[in-house]
Amino acid sequence: MERAYKVYAINNGTVIDHIPTPLALKVVEILGLGNEGIFTIGVGFQSKSLPGGKDILKIENRILLESETDTIALIAPDATINIIKDGRVSEKRIISIPQSIYGVMQCPNPNCATNKLGAHRHFELEDKNTMTYRCQYCERVTEILPENLTAPE
Amino acid sequence: MSSFKGRNIISLRDMTTPDLWKIVTTAEEVKSGKHRGCLLDKTIASLFFEPSTRTRLSFESAVVKSGGSVFGFADPGSSSQKKGESFSDSIRTVTGYCDAMVIRHPVEGAARLASEVASVPVINAGDGANQHPTQTFLDLFTIYEEFGRLENLKIGIMGDLKYGRTVHSLTHAMSLFGAEMVFISPPSLEMPSTILSDLSDKGVHFRTAKTPEDAADMNLDILYVTRIQKERFGDPLEYKNVAHGYRIDRNTIASLGEQVRIMHPLPRIDEIAEEVDNTPNAIYFTQAHNGVPTRQALLGLVTGGIN
Ligand SMILES: [Zn+2]
Repeated sequence: MERAYKVYAINNGTVIDHIPTPLALKVVEILGLGNEGIFTIGVGFQSKSLPGGKDILKIENRILLESETDTIALIAPDATINIIKDGRVSEKRIISIPQSIYGVMQCPNPNCATNKLGAHRHFELEDKNTMTYRCQYCERVTEILPENLTAPE
Repeated sequence: MSSFKGRNIISLRDMTTPDLWKIVTTAEEVKSGKHRGCLLDKTIASLFFEPSTRTRLSFESAVVKSGGSVFGFADPGSSSQKKGESFSDSIRTVTGYCDAMVIRHPVEGAARLASEVASVPVINAGDGANQHPTQTFLDLFTIYEEFGRLENLKIGIMGDLKYGRTVHSLTHAMSLFGAEMVFISPPSLEMPSTILSDLSDKGVHFRTAKTPEDAADMNLDILYVTRIQKERFGDPLEYKNVAHGYRIDRNTIASLGEQVRIMHPLPRIDEIAEEVDNTPNAIYFTQAHNGVPTRQALLGLVTGGIN
């Protein structure tokens, strides 16, 4: 029996499992789900791979785009993503950290054009191993920290 | 090398080695009298959202010398920013008045943002602590003019290596030309470790030193001196002690060897003794003057006045 079914099963939509506890709400935030649709969150399930527990997020009637699921990899690299259609898993999506990040990451440099002049946030991958990205405006390199990720612009 | 016509000049990161060669050799041609009138009938906007008199005068002189006309403002007090217009809207407006624009702004990334909303080429004349590419171009041109080459030179870079955007850009550029480098700074102002590990990865030969005399065995071709700012030190006495060890005089030159050429982006405070000015080693005033042909060349290239 799949653990995920402890949270209500959905007929159509996206199920995100293996989110490290308590980052499910962060995932909701960066996907910009706050004001739309129905989603269910399960927090703090036991997990072999995640000693601190795992969260599960189910989003009804919405198939996430690959650009969206890759964003999830920034804070939950081991998340598993299932696309559900007519009550069945129609796709097991493999996620990898994105080459480009638009919108959801705030530049930590307070003197950056994205923070001062309204430039649209845009980072490009600098180093896959260190998970660092370079801001395309101020050109500073930054690590991905959940607190720097916000709702999309 | 991609064509320069219509191109934005924002960051050294966008430049390839052939691009740098093109700028340096074009600057040399301009200085030797070629490309006269390369900005004839061209109008250049000079938008200084923070004051920088030297850079502005150098750009404006470049425009006028090449037969172009220039308009703009010298400090934010006279710009429409004061009236609450957004930066992007200011740029969208001015882009209709000119054939290229030169922008200086205290915010990092401002020139990049401008280049995205402007329909004419944008040249970054400094964006906060980030980039100031034309300084690097004129440094390279000065080195080329002095040594007849850019490759395989031995260069010492001294002063505030932690925060100095000029030295970071120069280090990057010289590493493209196989330079051997020594970084001379007080411990609190050392070159950032990310830059050093980048150089190691690229196989660049470099070392670090505490004083210029530590590099006496290298027979340096160039010693590039930058200012150590008082504001970097909490204790004024500590600053005084540190700054004292980073002052270049005739004795320093004697220990580095008569071949060494001294460069400095200016303004200098007292990190180079005046007694050095009249020696053949001092090339920092030539360096400052070279800003004009370098900027003439660049403006000519991006507006299509030079091919
Ligand atoms: Zn930034």
